[in-house]
Amino acid sequence: MSSHVLSLLVEDKPGLLTRVAGLFARRGFNIESLAVGVTEVPGLSRITVVVDVDELPLEQVTKQLNKLVNVIKIVELEGAASVQREHMLVKVRADNASRSNVLEVVNLFRAQIVDYAPDALVAEVTGDKGKVEAFLRALEPFGIKELAQSGLLAIGRGGKSITERVLRG
Amino acid sequence: MSVDSVAAVPRPPARTSSAPPPVLTGAEAVVRSLEMLGVTDVFGLPGGAILPVYDPLMDTSEIRHILVRHEQGAGHAAEGYAAASGRTGVAIATSGPGATNLVTAIADAYMDSVPIVAITGQVFSNLMGTDAFQEADIVGITMPITKHSFLVKDPAEIPAAIAAAYEIASTGRPGPVLVDITKDAQQAEAPFVWPPKIDLPGYRPVTKAHGKQIQAAAQLLANAKKPVLYVGGGVIRAHASEELRTLAETTKAPVVTTLMARGAFPDSHPQHLGMPGMHGTVPAVLALQEADLLIALGARFDDRVTGKAALFAPNAQVVHVDIDPAEISKIRTADVPIVGDLKEVLVDLEGAFRNAAGGGADIDEWWSFLDGLRSEFPLGYTQPSDGLMSPQYVIQRIGELTGPEGVYAAGVGQHQMWAAQFIKYERPNSWLNSGGAGTMGYAVPAAMGAKVAEPDRVVWAIDGDGCFQMTNQELATCTINEIPIKVAIINNSSLGMVRQWQTLFYDGRYSHTSLNTGHGTARIPDFVKLAEAYGCLAIRVEKEEDVDAAIQTALETNDRPVVIDFVVSADAMVWPMVPQGVSNSYIQYARDHAPAFDQEA
Repeated sequence: MSSHVLSLLVEDKPGLLTRVAGLFARRGFNIESLAVGVTEVPGLSRITVVVDVDELPLEQVTKQLNKLVNVIKIVELEGAASVQREHMLVKVRADNASRSNVLEVVNLFRAQIVDYAPDALVAEVTGDKGKVEAFLRALEPFGIKELAQSGLLAIGRGGKSITERVLRG
Repeated sequence: MSVDSVAAVPRPPARTSSAPPPVLTGAEAVVRSLEMLGVTDVFGLPGGAILPVYDPLMDTSEIRHILVRHEQGAGHAAEGYAAASGRTGVAIATSGPGATNLVTAIADAYMDSVPIVAITGQVFSNLMGTDAFQEADIVGITMPITKHSFLVKDPAEIPAAIAAAYEIASTGRPGPVLVDITKDAQQAEAPFVWPPKIDLPGYRPVTKAHGKQIQAAAQLLANAKKPVLYVGGGVIRAHASEELRTLAETTKAPVVTTLMARGAFPDSHPQHLGMPGMHGTVPAVLALQEADLLIALGARFDDRVTGKAALFAPNAQVVHVDIDPAEISKIRTADVPIVGDLKEVLVDLEGAFRNAAGGGADIDEWWSFLDGLRSEFPLGYTQPSDGLMSPQYVIQRIGELTGPEGVYAAGVGQHQMWAAQFIKYERPNSWLNSGGAGTMGYAVPAAMGAKVAEPDRVVWAIDGDGCFQMTNQELATCTINEIPIKVAIINNSSLGMVRQWQTLFYDGRYSHTSLNTGHGTARIPDFVKLAEAYGCLAIRVEKEEDVDAAIQTALETNDRPVVIDFVVSADAMVWPMVPQGVSNSYIQYARDHAPAFDQEA
């Protein structure tokens, strides 16, 4: 199996997320990550979903999703033709002895410190999956107290927009 | 690809009148919307959360509301109404248990692509989520079994929701749509604007197929030496029987009609090989199995048709035509996928075939093979050895005496298979059954709905003694509302199909399949007394020589429903049969022709 990034343009209706998530569960497809947010068009939302399936079941996922009345458009975003980012907040143990080493890691990854406490720091990092995972591995020896991670966000490269040509009439 | 959206509901014309729209309560808007959509019959049962709608329903002269005795009956009646007529069925129920009682029928309609709109009351919007009295999240419950659903909390949204529900249910691949309306939305007032603006940017069924794909399919068909038209229920839903017949006669290809497609192609037609599948005819099953080309038309390669899918039609290329893209290559990868409305695609395909290079291969050899199978393995049955009536004979006589203009609704089980096999269907919409879901109890309410839709036709419910006991209370509805259906209970005193599997796969250990309704039992309930209690004409038939007279009496009785208790042998079995989970090549013509079944799978 392999990971595929799907971007769904959907009508912002109550229960929409249940419909999408329920469909994945019902048809036995595994969601790796999910991110939901607004778009530049009022009333339309965008769901970025990473699903772990083979090519043929993926076609079924896409077709089944397309059958949902509130789903307007689905595109698969290939790695090379898109920008893909994850966002993570991580609370890492950092006292007077270790703080400078933690900061060194944070700087190396071009991450940022967004909160300070005498015994811990909160760092935020943005990047592709590999970078975020590497950052986490680098911090692990200091002791990770808590972390929160977004689903993957992705957008196609180039001038075209996913919302183009879908809003006729 | 050309994309057409089909509109069941007229789009708003330019407003010429400047008169303000009338202000209606949400409840009045529900009724008015149904009237504007041309709905003439609805099936339902009131309760607290839908009470406001029932008030204006009392005043409308355009809509006949039929009060059922159980909401499941309303759901199946709406299905039967739709399946017999092609029009959209409507069922109404209250919140909570009223709505959940519709669930089985909604699931059934989803599996068999039946256009119905279910309207349910919901508790006050400020009580939603508080576990209020008779509250159930019916939109959530039915999400996996509806084509779409709406939760309406604002009276101004009611006309658009109902119109959109109607459009979604009846266009593209038909299916059930739920509209759940809070009680406060029913009570509050809003301007009633009709036609409403329906905005469904994500709903655009493709009806016109890709020309290149049509050409490719026509060329395969022209080259095929062993083609089969594998016809599914989609042909009936698409009202494309005439177009199918033209294509079949032009191509001379053999035709098989699945359980859902019985009647889509006349049984009397010389190119018809019958029904494929687990209990299909030997010629139909082996035609698919031996074919070099399958033209699947509105069929979905159900496991009851394919047997073990990996071994199904191993040498065939597949052209798959469906209006639902998700059906194509779901089970079997299509060599030529065609998304479109069969009514258009069949015409295009026929035209393309005429123009195809070669103009059609010689399929005489194929036909002589198939004709050989037909003469060697005709449908038939053996007389039971216990002296009781043969159920197949009873069902066959019902079909012969009633004729092809009748409507036949079956329950689920042995009697369903026999009704599919031994009644000869000549027209679409004459055979109604629960194919995908396999819902016991479908027959009586579905027949009731069919009779309401098609009052001039004879409508039979061919039911089993098990199925009949699930929904027979709708006989009260039929009697009170003068809906004179005819019910044939094929009473083998048991859950017959389960019993058949116990005979074949469980060494005849009949665990909990005896119902004690038949010959030599306590006869609980006594179906004749039960039917009489419901005001029906009731007849018991125990001998073959009395079968015709009882059927004739039923056909001549139209002032009330008729129930005939046909007391038949419990030992009769459905043949031919392909055991579950094996290749269709293992079809057994009859038990005597079969090696011992050693697997149920």
